[in-house]
Amino acid sequence: MKILVTVKEVATVDDAFEIDGTAIDERYLSADLNEWDDYAIEEAVQLSEDGIVDEVVTVTIGDEDTEQTIRQALAKGADRAIRVWDDALEEVDLLDVGAKVAILEAVVAAEEPDLVLTGVQSGDDSFGATGVALAEAVGTQWAAVVNQLDLDNGADVASVHRELEGGLEELTDVDLPAVLSIQTGINEPRYASLRGIRMAQRKELDHQTLADLGVDAGDVAGDLELTSMYEPESESDTTVFEGSADDTAGQLAELLREKGVAQ
Amino acid sequence: MSDILTIAEHRQGELRDVSLELLTAGAELAEETGGDLHVAVISGDVDRYAEGLDREGVDAIHTVAYGEEFNHDVYTQAVTQLVDSLEASYVLGANSVNGLDYLPAVATRLDVPLVTDVVALETAGETLTATREMYGGKVETTVDVEGTPVVVSIRGAEWPIAEGEGSAAVEAFDAEIDEDAIGSSVNGFEEVAGGDVDISEADLLVSVGRGIDEEENLELIEELAAALGATMSSSRPIVDAGWLPANRQVGQSGKVVTPEVYIAIGISGAVQHVAGMKGSETIVAINTDPNAPIMDIADYAIHDDLFDVVPALIEQFS
Ligand SMILES: Cc1cc2nc3c(=O)[nH]c(=O)nc-3n(C[C@H](O)[C@H](O)[C@H](O)COP(=O)(O)OP(=O)(O)OC[C@H]3O[C@@H](n4cnc5c(N)ncnc54)[C@H](O)[C@@H]3O)c2cc1C
Repeated sequence: MKILVTVKEVATVDDAFEIDGTAIDERYLSADLNEWDDYAIEEAVQLSEDGIVDEVVTVTIGDEDTEQTIRQALAKGADRAIRVWDDALEEVDLLDVGAKVAILEAVVAAEEPDLVLTGVQSGDDSFGATGVALAEAVGTQWAAVVNQLDLDNGADVASVHRELEGGLEELTDVDLPAVLSIQTGINEPRYASLRGIRMAQRKELDHQTLADLGVDAGDVAGDLELTSMYEPESESDTTVFEGSADDTAGQLAELLREKGVAQ
Repeated sequence: MSDILTIAEHRQGELRDVSLELLTAGAELAEETGGDLHVAVISGDVDRYAEGLDREGVDAIHTVAYGEEFNHDVYTQAVTQLVDSLEASYVLGANSVNGLDYLPAVATRLDVPLVTDVVALETAGETLTATREMYGGKVETTVDVEGTPVVVSIRGAEWPIAEGEGSAAVEAFDAEIDEDAIGSSVNGFEEVAGGDVDISEADLLVSVGRGIDEEENLELIEELAAALGATMSSSRPIVDAGWLPANRQVGQSGKVVTPEVYIAIGISGAVQHVAGMKGSETIVAINTDPNAPIMDIADYAIHDDLFDVVPALIEQFS
Protein backbone atom coordinates (compact mmCIF):
# COMPACT_ATOMS: atom_id res chain seq x y z
CA MET A 1 0.00 0.00 0.00
CA LYS A 2 1.25 3.47 -0.85
CA ILE A 3 0.46 6.68 1.04
CA LEU A 4 0.81 10.19 -0.29
CA VAL A 5 1.00 12.91 2.37
CA THR A 6 0.53 16.55 1.48
CA VAL A 7 3.08 18.61 3.37
CA LYS A 8 2.94 22.38 3.48
CA GLU A 9 5.38 24.93 4.74
CA VAL A 10 3.40 27.67 6.43
CA ALA A 11 4.38 31.14 7.47
CA THR A 12 4.10 32.10 11.12
CA VAL A 13 3.86 35.73 12.12
CA ASP A 14 5.90 37.57 14.76
CA ASP A 15 4.06 39.28 17.62
CA ALA A 16 4.67 42.66 16.03
CA PHE A 17 4.37 42.96 12.25
CA GLU A 18 3.60 45.26 9.37
CA ILE A 19 1.41 44.70 6.37
CA ASP A 20 2.77 45.49 2.96
CA GLY A 21 -0.09 45.69 0.45
CA THR A 22 -1.89 42.34 0.54
CA ALA A 23 0.84 40.47 2.42
CA ILE A 24 2.64 40.60 5.72
CA ASP A 25 6.09 42.05 5.23
CA GLU A 26 8.56 39.15 4.90
CA ARG A 27 10.70 40.43 7.76
CA TYR A 28 8.03 39.36 10.22
CA LEU A 29 7.48 35.85 8.89
CA SER A 30 9.17 32.57 9.70
CA ALA A 31 8.68 29.21 8.06
CA ASP A 32 7.33 26.15 9.79
CA LEU A 33 5.93 22.73 8.97
CA ASN A 34 2.14 23.00 9.04
CA GLU A 35 0.97 21.71 12.43
CA TRP A 36 -1.78 19.48 11.01
CA ASP A 37 0.53 17.97 8.37
CA ASP A 38 2.94 16.93 11.11
CA TYR A 39 0.24 14.60 12.47
CA ALA A 40 -0.53 13.34 8.95
CA ILE A 41 3.14 12.46 8.40
CA GLU A 42 3.29 10.67 11.75
CA GLU A 43 0.18 8.65 10.96
CA ALA A 44 1.65 7.54 7.62
CA VAL A 45 5.02 6.67 9.13
CA GLN A 46 3.39 4.63 11.89
CA LEU A 47 1.39 2.66 9.30
CA SER A 48 4.62 2.03 7.47
CA GLU A 49 6.37 0.87 10.66
CA ASP A 50 3.44 -1.45 11.34
CA GLY A 51 4.05 -3.07 7.95
CA ILE A 52 0.67 -1.97 6.57
CA VAL A 53 2.12 0.56 4.18
CA ASP A 54 5.07 -0.02 1.85
CA GLU A 55 5.88 3.51 0.83
CA VAL A 56 5.25 7.01 2.19
CA VAL A 57 5.64 9.80 -0.36
CA THR A 58 5.19 13.48 0.45
CA VAL A 59 4.11 16.23 -1.90
CA THR A 60 4.68 19.93 -1.34
CA ILE A 61 3.77 22.95 -3.43
CA GLY A 62 6.56 25.37 -2.71
CA ASP A 63 9.75 27.04 -3.85
CA GLU A 64 13.29 25.84 -3.14
CA ASP A 65 13.24 27.31 0.37
CA THR A 66 10.59 24.81 1.40
CA GLU A 67 13.12 21.99 1.02
CA GLN A 68 14.21 22.42 4.64
CA THR A 69 10.65 21.68 5.74
CA ILE A 70 10.39 18.76 3.34
CA ARG A 71 13.62 17.33 4.80
CA GLN A 72 11.92 17.41 8.20
CA ALA A 73 9.21 15.10 6.87
CA LEU A 74 11.84 12.84 5.33
CA ALA A 75 13.77 12.82 8.61
CA LYS A 76 10.63 11.69 10.40
CA GLY A 77 10.42 8.66 8.14
CA ALA A 78 8.80 9.51 4.81
CA ASP A 79 10.53 7.58 2.01
CA ARG A 80 10.70 10.21 -0.69
CA ALA A 81 9.37 13.65 -1.54
CA ILE A 82 7.96 15.54 -4.49
CA ARG A 83 8.13 19.31 -4.65
CA VAL A 84 6.09 21.19 -7.24
CA TRP A 85 7.13 24.68 -8.22
CA ASP A 86 7.02 26.84 -11.25
CA ASP A 87 7.46 30.48 -12.24
CA ALA A 88 3.72 30.64 -12.85
CA LEU A 89 3.20 29.98 -9.12
CA GLU A 90 5.55 32.75 -8.11
CA GLU A 91 3.03 35.29 -9.33
CA VAL A 92 0.00 33.89 -7.55
CA ASP A 93 -1.04 35.98 -4.54
CA LEU A 94 -3.37 33.46 -3.03
CA LEU A 95 -3.19 29.82 -4.03
CA ASP A 96 -6.81 28.87 -3.49
CA VAL A 97 -8.35 25.43 -3.10
CA GLY A 98 -9.05 25.00 -6.81
CA ALA A 99 -5.47 25.85 -7.74
CA LYS A 100 -3.97 23.48 -5.17
CA VAL A 101 -6.27 20.71 -6.31
CA ALA A 102 -5.28 21.18 -9.96
CA ILE A 103 -1.68 20.48 -8.99
CA LEU A 104 -2.26 17.73 -6.44
CA GLU A 105 -4.66 15.96 -8.78
CA ALA A 106 -1.87 15.58 -11.31
CA VAL A 107 0.48 14.20 -8.63
CA VAL A 108 -2.12 11.68 -7.50
CA ALA A 109 -2.63 10.60 -11.11
CA ALA A 110 1.09 9.99 -11.47
CA GLU A 111 1.62 8.28 -8.10
CA GLU A 112 -1.64 6.34 -7.77
CA PRO A 113 -1.56 6.12 -3.96
CA ASP A 114 -4.04 3.94 -2.04
CA LEU A 115 -4.43 6.59 0.60
CA VAL A 116 -3.80 10.33 0.66
CA LEU A 117 -3.40 12.06 4.01
CA THR A 118 -3.68 15.83 4.31
CA GLY A 119 -3.85 18.10 7.34
CA VAL A 120 -7.34 19.34 8.28
CA GLN A 121 -6.20 22.87 7.50
CA SER A 122 -3.08 24.91 7.12
CA GLY A 123 -2.15 27.41 9.78
CA ASP A 124 -1.77 30.35 7.40
CA ASP A 125 -4.64 30.51 4.89
CA SER A 126 -6.81 27.92 6.71
CA PHE A 127 -9.15 27.01 3.87
CA GLY A 128 -9.61 23.57 5.40
CA ALA A 129 -10.90 22.21 2.12
CA THR A 130 -8.07 20.86 -0.01
CA GLY A 131 -8.35 17.22 1.07
CA VAL A 132 -12.04 16.80 0.32
CA ALA A 133 -11.85 18.80 -2.92
CA LEU A 134 -8.91 16.66 -4.04
CA ALA A 135 -10.81 13.45 -3.32
CA GLU A 136 -13.72 14.61 -5.44
CA ALA A 137 -11.39 15.71 -8.24
CA VAL A 138 -9.63 12.34 -8.43
CA GLY A 139 -12.84 10.41 -7.86
CA THR A 140 -11.99 8.65 -4.62
CA GLN A 141 -13.68 8.56 -1.23
CA TRP A 142 -12.78 10.84 1.65
CA ALA A 143 -13.28 11.80 5.28
CA ALA A 144 -12.62 15.18 6.88
CA VAL A 145 -11.31 15.83 10.39
CA VAL A 146 -10.13 12.33 11.23
CA ASN A 147 -8.80 11.77 14.74
CA GLN A 148 -8.53 7.99 14.68
CA LEU A 149 -7.61 5.69 11.81
CA ASP A 150 -7.79 1.90 11.84
CA LEU A 151 -6.43 0.18 8.79
CA ASP A 152 -5.63 -3.51 8.41
CA ASN A 153 -3.14 -5.10 6.13
CA GLY A 154 -4.65 -5.43 2.66
CA ALA A 155 -7.95 -3.90 3.74
CA ASP A 156 -10.10 -2.09 1.22
CA VAL A 157 -11.89 -0.08 3.89
CA ALA A 158 -10.50 2.37 6.45
CA SER A 159 -12.34 2.74 9.76
CA VAL A 160 -12.09 6.28 11.03
CA HIS A 161 -13.36 8.50 13.79
CA ARG A 162 -14.33 11.98 12.66
CA GLU A 163 -14.19 14.58 15.37
CA LEU A 164 -17.41 16.58 15.36
CA GLU A 165 -18.19 19.58 17.52
CA GLY A 166 -18.80 19.37 21.26
CA GLY A 167 -16.86 16.24 22.16
CA LEU A 168 -18.78 13.98 19.78
CA GLU A 169 -17.10 11.59 17.37
CA GLU A 170 -18.56 9.96 14.29
CA LEU A 171 -17.54 6.37 13.49
CA THR A 172 -17.30 5.90 9.76
CA ASP A 173 -16.08 3.29 7.28
CA VAL A 174 -14.53 4.69 4.12
CA ASP A 175 -13.83 2.71 0.96
CA LEU A 176 -10.26 2.87 -0.32
CA PRO A 177 -8.64 4.55 -2.13
CA ALA A 178 -9.45 7.64 -0.10
CA VAL A 179 -8.27 11.03 1.04
CA LEU A 180 -8.37 11.63 4.80
CA SER A 181 -7.81 15.02 6.41
CA ILE A 182 -5.99 14.47 9.70
CA GLN A 183 -6.76 16.31 12.92
CA THR A 184 -4.20 17.13 15.61
CA GLY A 185 -4.17 14.75 18.56
CA ILE A 186 -4.59 11.61 16.42
CA ASN A 187 -1.07 10.58 17.48
CA GLU A 188 2.03 12.04 19.01
CA PRO A 189 4.30 13.38 16.26
CA ARG A 190 7.92 12.41 16.75
CA TYR A 191 10.89 14.71 16.68
CA ALA A 192 13.30 13.92 13.89
CA SER A 193 16.25 11.97 15.29
CA LEU A 194 19.80 12.86 14.35
CA ARG A 195 20.01 9.60 12.45
CA GLY A 196 16.75 10.49 10.68
CA ILE A 197 18.11 13.88 9.73
CA ARG A 198 21.26 12.30 8.31
CA MET A 199 19.29 9.74 6.37
CA ALA A 200 16.94 12.39 5.03
CA GLN A 201 19.82 13.99 3.16
CA ARG A 202 20.11 10.88 1.03
CA LYS A 203 16.43 10.48 0.25
CA GLU A 204 14.98 11.47 -3.09
CA LEU A 205 13.49 14.95 -3.33
CA ASP A 206 12.11 15.31 -6.79
CA HIS A 207 11.33 18.75 -8.20
CA GLN A 208 8.54 18.93 -10.76
CA THR A 209 7.21 21.80 -12.81
CA LEU A 210 3.65 22.32 -13.99
CA ALA A 211 4.74 21.20 -17.44
CA ASP A 212 6.19 17.96 -15.98
CA LEU A 213 2.80 17.28 -14.45
CA GLY A 214 0.83 18.40 -17.48
CA VAL A 215 -0.92 21.16 -15.54
CA ASP A 216 -1.98 24.26 -17.42
CA ALA A 217 -0.67 27.53 -15.91
CA GLY A 218 -4.21 28.93 -16.24
CA ASP A 219 -5.46 26.33 -13.77
CA VAL A 220 -3.29 27.61 -10.95
CA ALA A 221 -4.29 31.25 -11.29
CA GLY A 222 -7.20 30.47 -9.00
CA ASP A 223 -10.68 31.93 -8.70
CA LEU A 224 -10.11 34.05 -5.61
CA GLU A 225 -8.41 37.40 -5.74
CA LEU A 226 -6.92 38.75 -2.54
CA THR A 227 -7.93 42.42 -2.47
CA SER A 228 -6.98 43.64 0.99
CA MET A 229 -5.29 42.68 4.23
CA TYR A 230 -5.53 44.58 7.48
CA GLU A 231 -5.42 44.11 11.23
CA PRO A 232 -8.87 43.36 12.60
CA GLU A 233 -10.45 46.02 14.77
CA SER A 234 -10.78 45.05 18.38
CA GLU A 235 -14.41 44.56 19.37
CA SER A 236 -14.00 44.91 23.10
CA ASP A 237 -12.92 47.74 25.33
CA THR A 238 -10.06 45.92 26.94
CA THR A 239 -8.65 47.32 30.15
CA VAL A 240 -4.92 46.69 29.98
CA PHE A 241 -3.19 46.33 33.34
CA GLU A 242 0.11 48.20 33.15
CA GLY A 243 3.32 47.99 35.13
CA SER A 244 5.66 45.31 36.41
CA ALA A 245 4.49 41.74 36.84
CA ASP A 246 3.92 42.44 40.52
CA ASP A 247 1.79 45.48 39.66
CA THR A 248 -0.32 43.72 37.06
CA ALA A 249 -0.74 40.65 39.26
CA GLY A 250 -1.88 42.95 42.07
CA GLN A 251 -4.49 44.59 39.84
CA LEU A 252 -5.74 41.23 38.64
CA ALA A 253 -5.92 39.95 42.23
CA GLU A 254 -8.03 42.95 43.15
CA LEU A 255 -10.36 42.29 40.23
CA LEU A 256 -10.79 38.64 41.20
CA ARG A 257 -11.61 39.62 44.79
CA GLU A 258 -14.04 42.27 43.59
CA LYS A 259 -15.82 39.70 41.45
CA GLY A 260 -15.96 37.44 44.47
CA VAL A 261 -14.44 34.47 42.63
CA ALA A 262 -11.25 34.27 44.72
CA GLN A 263 -10.31 35.28 48.26
CA MET B 1 -31.23 38.55 -10.00
CA SER B 2 -29.29 35.92 -8.19
CA ASP B 3 -30.91 33.28 -6.03
CA ILE B 4 -29.36 32.08 -2.82
CA LEU B 5 -29.42 28.52 -1.52
CA THR B 6 -28.49 27.82 2.08
CA ILE B 7 -28.00 24.29 3.39
CA ALA B 8 -29.27 23.58 6.89
CA GLU B 9 -27.33 21.44 9.32
CA HIS B 10 -28.74 19.15 11.98
CA ARG B 11 -27.43 16.50 14.31
CA GLN B 12 -29.09 13.80 16.37
CA GLY B 13 -32.54 15.20 15.77
CA GLU B 14 -31.81 18.88 16.35
CA LEU B 15 -31.28 21.74 13.91
CA ARG B 16 -27.95 23.36 14.70
CA ASP B 17 -27.89 27.10 15.43
CA VAL B 18 -25.75 27.78 12.39
CA SER B 19 -28.70 26.72 10.20
CA LEU B 20 -30.58 29.82 11.40
CA GLU B 21 -27.48 32.01 11.15
CA LEU B 22 -27.19 30.88 7.54
CA LEU B 23 -30.70 32.21 6.94
CA THR B 24 -29.65 35.65 8.13
CA ALA B 25 -26.57 35.65 5.91
CA GLY B 26 -28.65 34.32 3.02
CA ALA B 27 -31.39 36.92 3.50
CA GLU B 28 -28.83 39.73 3.49
CA LEU B 29 -27.37 38.47 0.23
CA ALA B 30 -30.80 37.96 -1.32
CA GLU B 31 -31.66 41.53 -0.46
CA GLU B 32 -28.53 42.75 -2.25
CA THR B 33 -29.04 40.63 -5.34
CA GLY B 34 -32.81 40.93 -5.49
CA GLY B 35 -33.03 37.15 -5.69
CA ASP B 36 -34.93 34.54 -3.71
CA LEU B 37 -33.75 32.77 -0.59
CA HIS B 38 -34.01 29.00 -0.81
CA VAL B 39 -33.20 26.61 2.02
CA ALA B 40 -32.44 22.94 1.71
CA VAL B 41 -32.67 20.41 4.50
CA ILE B 42 -31.39 16.92 3.85
CA SER B 43 -31.86 13.64 5.78
CA GLY B 44 -33.61 12.97 9.07
CA ASP B 45 -36.99 14.39 10.04
CA VAL B 46 -37.00 16.93 7.24
CA ASP B 47 -40.59 18.11 7.65
CA ARG B 48 -40.06 18.97 11.31
CA TYR B 49 -36.80 20.71 10.46
CA ALA B 50 -38.59 22.63 7.70
CA GLU B 51 -40.97 24.09 10.31
CA GLY B 52 -38.00 25.33 12.31
CA LEU B 53 -36.43 26.86 9.20
CA ASP B 54 -39.50 28.79 8.15
CA ARG B 55 -38.31 32.24 9.15
CA GLU B 56 -38.88 35.69 7.76
CA GLY B 57 -37.25 36.21 4.39
CA VAL B 58 -37.20 32.56 3.36
CA ASP B 59 -38.95 32.03 0.04
CA ALA B 60 -38.79 28.25 -0.32
CA ILE B 61 -37.71 25.24 1.69
CA HIS B 62 -36.62 22.10 -0.16
CA THR B 63 -36.69 18.86 1.76
CA VAL B 64 -34.66 15.83 0.76
CA ALA B 65 -35.89 12.83 2.72
CA TYR B 66 -33.07 10.32 2.49
CA GLY B 67 -31.28 8.61 5.37
CA GLU B 68 -31.19 9.77 8.96
CA GLU B 69 -27.92 11.52 9.74
CA PHE B 70 -25.38 13.40 7.67
CA ASN B 71 -23.65 11.41 4.94
CA HIS B 72 -21.34 13.41 2.71
CA ASP B 73 -22.14 11.47 -0.45
CA VAL B 74 -25.86 12.03 -0.04
CA TYR B 75 -25.33 15.73 0.72
CA THR B 76 -22.99 16.21 -2.22
CA GLN B 77 -25.39 14.58 -4.64
CA ALA B 78 -28.48 16.36 -3.31
CA VAL B 79 -26.89 19.81 -3.16
CA THR B 80 -25.36 19.67 -6.63
CA GLN B 81 -28.71 18.60 -8.06
CA LEU B 82 -30.51 21.38 -6.20
CA VAL B 83 -28.07 24.01 -7.44
CA ASP B 84 -28.61 22.85 -11.00
CA SER B 85 -32.35 22.65 -10.69
CA LEU B 86 -32.77 26.04 -8.95
CA GLU B 87 -29.96 27.68 -10.90
CA ALA B 88 -28.81 29.11 -7.59
CA SER B 89 -25.99 31.66 -7.74
CA TYR B 90 -24.68 31.47 -4.20
CA VAL B 91 -24.60 28.31 -2.11
CA LEU B 92 -24.11 28.93 1.59
CA GLY B 93 -23.26 26.25 4.12
CA ALA B 94 -21.71 26.07 7.56
CA ASN B 95 -17.97 26.06 8.09
CA SER B 96 -18.49 23.18 10.48
CA VAL B 97 -16.82 19.79 10.58
CA ASN B 98 -19.59 18.40 8.37
CA GLY B 99 -19.64 21.49 6.17
CA LEU B 100 -15.98 20.85 5.46
CA ASP B 101 -16.84 17.24 4.67
CA TYR B 102 -19.15 18.00 1.73
CA LEU B 103 -18.97 21.65 0.56
CA PRO B 104 -15.50 21.27 -1.05
CA ALA B 105 -16.86 18.26 -2.96
CA VAL B 106 -19.91 20.25 -4.08
CA ALA B 107 -17.71 23.07 -5.40
CA THR B 108 -15.39 20.65 -7.18
CA ARG B 109 -18.25 18.65 -8.70
CA LEU B 110 -19.89 21.85 -9.99
CA ASP B 111 -16.47 23.17 -11.01
CA VAL B 112 -17.07 26.47 -9.25
CA PRO B 113 -15.07 28.55 -6.73
CA LEU B 114 -15.14 27.84 -3.00
CA VAL B 115 -14.56 30.35 -0.20
CA THR B 116 -14.41 28.93 3.32
CA ASP B 117 -14.69 30.26 6.87
CA VAL B 118 -16.20 33.57 5.81
CA VAL B 119 -17.08 36.20 8.43
CA ALA B 120 -18.68 38.84 6.19
CA LEU B 121 -20.17 38.86 2.69
CA GLU B 122 -21.11 41.47 0.15
CA THR B 123 -22.06 41.49 -3.51
CA ALA B 124 -21.73 44.17 -6.12
CA GLY B 125 -22.87 43.22 -9.59
CA GLU B 126 -21.12 40.02 -10.55
CA THR B 127 -18.55 40.24 -7.77
CA LEU B 128 -18.78 38.58 -4.38
CA THR B 129 -16.50 40.03 -1.73
CA ALA B 130 -15.86 37.77 1.22
CA THR B 131 -14.02 38.65 4.41
CA ARG B 132 -11.92 35.95 6.04
CA GLU B 133 -9.01 35.66 8.42
CA MET B 134 -5.50 34.41 7.91
CA TYR B 135 -2.62 33.45 10.19
CA GLY B 136 -4.83 32.24 13.03
CA GLY B 137 -6.84 35.44 13.19
CA LYS B 138 -3.93 37.87 13.20
CA VAL B 139 -5.08 39.53 9.99
CA GLU B 140 -8.33 39.91 8.13
CA THR B 141 -8.48 39.77 4.35
CA THR B 142 -11.01 40.41 1.65
CA VAL B 143 -11.19 38.17 -1.39
CA ASP B 144 -13.14 38.83 -4.56
CA VAL B 145 -14.78 36.14 -6.63
CA GLU B 146 -16.17 36.92 -10.08
CA GLY B 147 -19.22 35.24 -11.54
CA THR B 148 -21.59 32.60 -10.26
CA PRO B 149 -22.24 30.07 -8.87
CA VAL B 150 -19.97 30.28 -5.85
CA VAL B 151 -19.92 27.97 -2.83
CA VAL B 152 -19.33 29.68 0.51
CA SER B 153 -18.98 28.32 4.02
CA ILE B 154 -19.68 30.76 6.83
CA ARG B 155 -18.18 30.82 10.29
CA GLY B 156 -20.59 30.11 13.14
CA ALA B 157 -21.85 32.86 15.45
CA GLU B 158 -20.92 35.69 13.04
CA TRP B 159 -24.48 36.33 11.88
CA PRO B 160 -27.42 36.55 14.26
CA ILE B 161 -30.01 33.81 14.32
CA ALA B 162 -32.95 34.55 11.99
CA GLU B 163 -36.05 35.37 13.98
CA GLY B 164 -39.57 36.10 12.84
CA GLU B 165 -41.96 33.54 11.44
CA GLY B 166 -42.01 33.04 7.70
CA SER B 167 -44.44 31.73 5.15
CA ALA B 168 -42.17 29.79 2.86
CA ALA B 169 -43.39 27.15 0.48
CA VAL B 170 -42.16 23.72 1.58
CA GLU B 171 -41.46 21.38 -1.31
CA ALA B 172 -40.08 17.87 -1.35
CA PHE B 173 -37.14 17.75 -3.73
CA ASP B 174 -36.84 14.49 -5.55
CA ALA B 175 -33.08 14.06 -5.51
CA GLU B 176 -31.80 11.07 -7.40
CA ILE B 177 -29.38 9.49 -4.99
CA ASP B 178 -27.07 7.01 -6.69
CA GLU B 179 -26.48 4.45 -3.97
CA ASP B 180 -23.52 2.91 -5.78
CA ALA B 181 -21.70 6.21 -5.42
CA ILE B 182 -21.99 6.15 -1.64
CA GLY B 183 -18.55 5.06 -0.51
CA SER B 184 -18.70 5.69 3.18
CA SER B 185 -21.07 4.68 5.93
CA VAL B 186 -21.59 6.12 9.38
CA ASN B 187 -21.78 3.38 11.99
CA GLY B 188 -22.50 5.46 15.05
CA PHE B 189 -21.39 8.16 17.41
CA GLU B 190 -19.30 8.21 20.52
CA GLU B 191 -19.07 10.80 23.28
CA VAL B 192 -15.57 11.64 24.42
CA ALA B 193 -15.08 10.42 28.00
CA GLY B 194 -16.59 12.72 30.63
CA GLY B 195 -14.16 12.18 33.50
CA ASP B 196 -14.14 13.52 37.05
CA VAL B 197 -14.25 17.29 36.54
CA ASP B 198 -16.94 19.22 34.72
CA ILE B 199 -15.29 22.47 33.66
CA SER B 200 -18.63 23.85 32.48
CA GLU B 201 -19.74 24.03 36.14
CA ALA B 202 -16.85 26.18 37.37
CA ASP B 203 -17.17 29.86 38.36
CA LEU B 204 -13.49 30.56 37.87
CA LEU B 205 -11.45 28.88 35.16
CA VAL B 206 -7.71 29.14 34.90
CA SER B 207 -7.11 28.07 31.32
CA VAL B 208 -3.69 27.30 29.93
CA GLY B 209 -2.43 27.19 26.34
CA ARG B 210 0.65 26.43 24.33
CA GLY B 211 2.43 29.39 25.89
CA ILE B 212 3.20 27.08 28.82
CA ASP B 213 5.79 25.40 26.59
CA GLU B 214 6.56 22.25 28.61
CA GLU B 215 4.57 19.71 30.55
CA GLU B 216 6.45 20.30 33.81
CA ASN B 217 5.50 23.98 33.67
CA LEU B 218 1.86 22.98 34.13
CA GLU B 219 2.66 22.70 37.84
CA LEU B 220 2.77 26.46 37.95
CA ILE B 221 -0.81 26.68 36.67
CA GLU B 222 -1.92 23.92 39.07
CA GLU B 223 -0.46 25.96 41.88
CA LEU B 224 -2.34 29.03 40.70
CA ALA B 225 -5.60 27.09 40.45
CA ALA B 226 -5.09 25.81 44.00
CA ALA B 227 -4.31 29.29 45.34
CA LEU B 228 -7.41 30.76 43.69
CA GLY B 229 -9.69 27.83 44.34
CA ALA B 230 -10.18 27.68 40.58
CA THR B 231 -10.66 24.86 38.10
CA MET B 232 -8.04 24.25 35.45
CA SER B 233 -8.93 24.02 31.76
CA SER B 234 -6.92 24.35 28.57
CA SER B 235 -6.74 24.95 24.87
CA ARG B 236 -6.41 22.05 22.49
CA PRO B 237 -2.63 21.65 22.10
CA ILE B 238 -2.35 20.83 25.82
CA VAL B 239 -4.82 17.98 25.41
CA ASP B 240 -3.30 16.87 22.10
CA ALA B 241 0.04 16.56 23.87
CA GLY B 242 -1.57 14.38 26.53
CA TRP B 243 -0.75 16.82 29.33
CA LEU B 244 -4.38 17.14 30.40
CA PRO B 245 -7.36 14.84 29.75
CA ALA B 246 -9.89 15.63 26.99
CA ASN B 247 -12.55 16.75 29.48
CA ARG B 248 -10.46 19.87 30.21
CA GLN B 249 -10.46 21.15 26.62
CA VAL B 250 -12.37 24.34 25.97
CA GLY B 251 -13.57 25.01 22.44
CA GLN B 252 -15.44 23.91 19.39
CA SER B 253 -14.43 20.28 19.73
CA GLY B 254 -14.15 20.47 23.52
CA LYS B 255 -16.50 22.00 26.05
CA VAL B 256 -18.45 25.24 26.02
CA VAL B 257 -17.89 27.10 29.29
CA THR B 258 -19.53 30.19 30.78
CA PRO B 259 -17.73 30.92 34.05
CA GLU B 260 -17.88 34.23 35.86
CA VAL B 261 -14.20 34.73 35.14
CA TYR B 262 -12.09 33.00 32.49
CA ILE B 263 -8.34 33.58 32.70
CA ALA B 264 -6.65 32.64 29.41
CA ILE B 265 -2.96 32.11 30.02
CA GLY B 266 -0.72 31.74 26.97
CA ILE B 267 -3.70 31.13 24.67
CA SER B 268 -3.83 32.93 21.31
CA GLY B 269 -7.60 32.87 20.91
CA ALA B 270 -8.02 30.84 17.72
CA VAL B 271 -11.63 30.82 16.53
CA GLN B 272 -12.16 27.20 17.57
CA HIS B 273 -11.03 28.03 21.09
CA VAL B 274 -13.08 31.21 21.33
CA ALA B 275 -16.17 29.25 20.27
CA GLY B 276 -16.01 27.53 23.65
CA MET B 277 -15.40 30.46 26.00
CA LYS B 278 -16.71 33.68 24.55
CA GLY B 279 -19.82 33.42 26.74
CA SER B 280 -17.71 33.86 29.87
CA GLU B 281 -18.86 36.84 31.92
CA THR B 282 -15.40 38.34 32.32
CA ILE B 283 -12.41 37.36 30.19
CA VAL B 284 -8.84 38.01 31.32
CA ALA B 285 -5.90 37.33 28.99
CA ILE B 286 -2.28 36.96 30.01
CA ASN B 287 -0.21 36.91 26.85
CA THR B 288 3.11 38.32 25.65
CA ASP B 289 1.55 39.19 22.30
CA PRO B 290 -0.59 42.34 22.48
CA ASN B 291 -1.93 41.52 19.00
CA ALA B 292 -3.10 38.00 19.82
CA PRO B 293 -6.73 37.53 18.70
CA ILE B 294 -7.74 36.77 22.33
CA MET B 295 -7.27 40.49 23.00
CA ASP B 296 -10.28 41.23 20.77
CA ILE B 297 -12.60 39.61 23.28
CA ALA B 298 -10.68 40.13 26.53
CA ASP B 299 -12.17 42.50 29.11
CA TYR B 300 -8.87 42.71 30.97
CA ALA B 301 -5.40 41.99 29.64
CA ILE B 302 -1.84 41.71 30.83
CA HIS B 303 0.69 41.96 28.01
CA ASP B 304 3.48 40.15 29.78
CA ASP B 305 5.26 36.85 30.25
CA LEU B 306 3.14 34.31 32.08
CA PHE B 307 6.26 33.03 33.85
CA ASP B 308 6.55 36.44 35.54
CA VAL B 309 2.87 37.20 36.09
CA VAL B 310 1.61 33.84 37.34
CA PRO B 311 4.11 33.48 40.23
CA ALA B 312 3.32 37.07 41.26
CA LEU B 313 -0.39 36.26 41.18
CA ILE B 314 0.12 33.13 43.30
CA GLU B 315 2.01 35.33 45.75
CA GLN B 316 -1.05 37.59 46.05
CA PHE B 317 -3.16 34.71 47.34
CA SER B 318 -0.78 32.97 49.71
C1 LIG C 1 -11.63 21.41 13.45
C2 LIG C 1 -10.82 22.06 14.54
C3 LIG C 1 -11.29 22.01 15.85
C4 LIG C 1 -10.55 22.63 16.89
N1 LIG C 1 -11.03 22.60 18.16
C5 LIG C 1 -10.38 23.27 19.14
C6 LIG C 1 -10.88 23.35 20.49
O1 LIG C 1 -11.92 22.78 20.82
N2 LIG C 1 -10.17 24.07 21.40
C7 LIG C 1 -9.01 24.71 21.10
O2 LIG C 1 -8.42 25.35 22.00
N3 LIG C 1 -8.50 24.64 19.86
C8 LIG C 1 -9.14 23.94 18.88
N4 LIG C 1 -8.60 23.86 17.62
C9 LIG C 1 -7.22 24.35 17.43
C10 LIG C 1 -7.10 25.84 17.23
O3 LIG C 1 -7.20 26.12 15.86
C11 LIG C 1 -5.71 26.34 17.73
O4 LIG C 1 -4.71 25.59 17.09
C12 LIG C 1 -5.51 26.24 19.23
O5 LIG C 1 -6.63 26.76 19.92
C13 LIG C 1 -4.26 27.01 19.63
O6 LIG C 1 -4.03 26.85 21.01
P1 LIG C 1 -3.17 27.91 21.84
O7 LIG C 1 -3.86 29.22 21.81
O8 LIG C 1 -2.93 27.29 23.17
O9 LIG C 1 -1.79 27.92 21.07
P2 LIG C 1 -1.14 29.04 20.16
O10 LIG C 1 -2.09 29.47 19.11
O11 LIG C 1 0.17 28.51 19.76
O12 LIG C 1 -0.96 30.28 21.15
C14 LIG C 1 -0.03 30.35 22.19
C15 LIG C 1 -0.09 31.75 22.75
O13 LIG C 1 0.77 31.84 23.88
C16 LIG C 1 1.43 33.08 23.89
N5 LIG C 1 2.65 32.90 24.66
C17 LIG C 1 3.76 32.20 24.34
N6 LIG C 1 4.66 32.23 25.33
C18 LIG C 1 4.12 32.99 26.33
C19 LIG C 1 4.56 33.39 27.62
N7 LIG C 1 5.75 33.00 28.10
N8 LIG C 1 3.75 34.17 28.35
C20 LIG C 1 2.53 34.56 27.90
N9 LIG C 1 2.06 34.21 26.69
C21 LIG C 1 2.84 33.42 25.91
C22 LIG C 1 1.67 33.39 22.43
O14 LIG C 1 1.82 34.78 22.24
C23 LIG C 1 0.39 32.85 21.78
O15 LIG C 1 -0.60 33.85 21.68
C24 LIG C 1 -9.32 23.26 16.59
C25 LIG C 1 -8.86 23.29 15.27
C26 LIG C 1 -9.60 22.70 14.25
C27 LIG C 1 -9.10 22.77 12.85
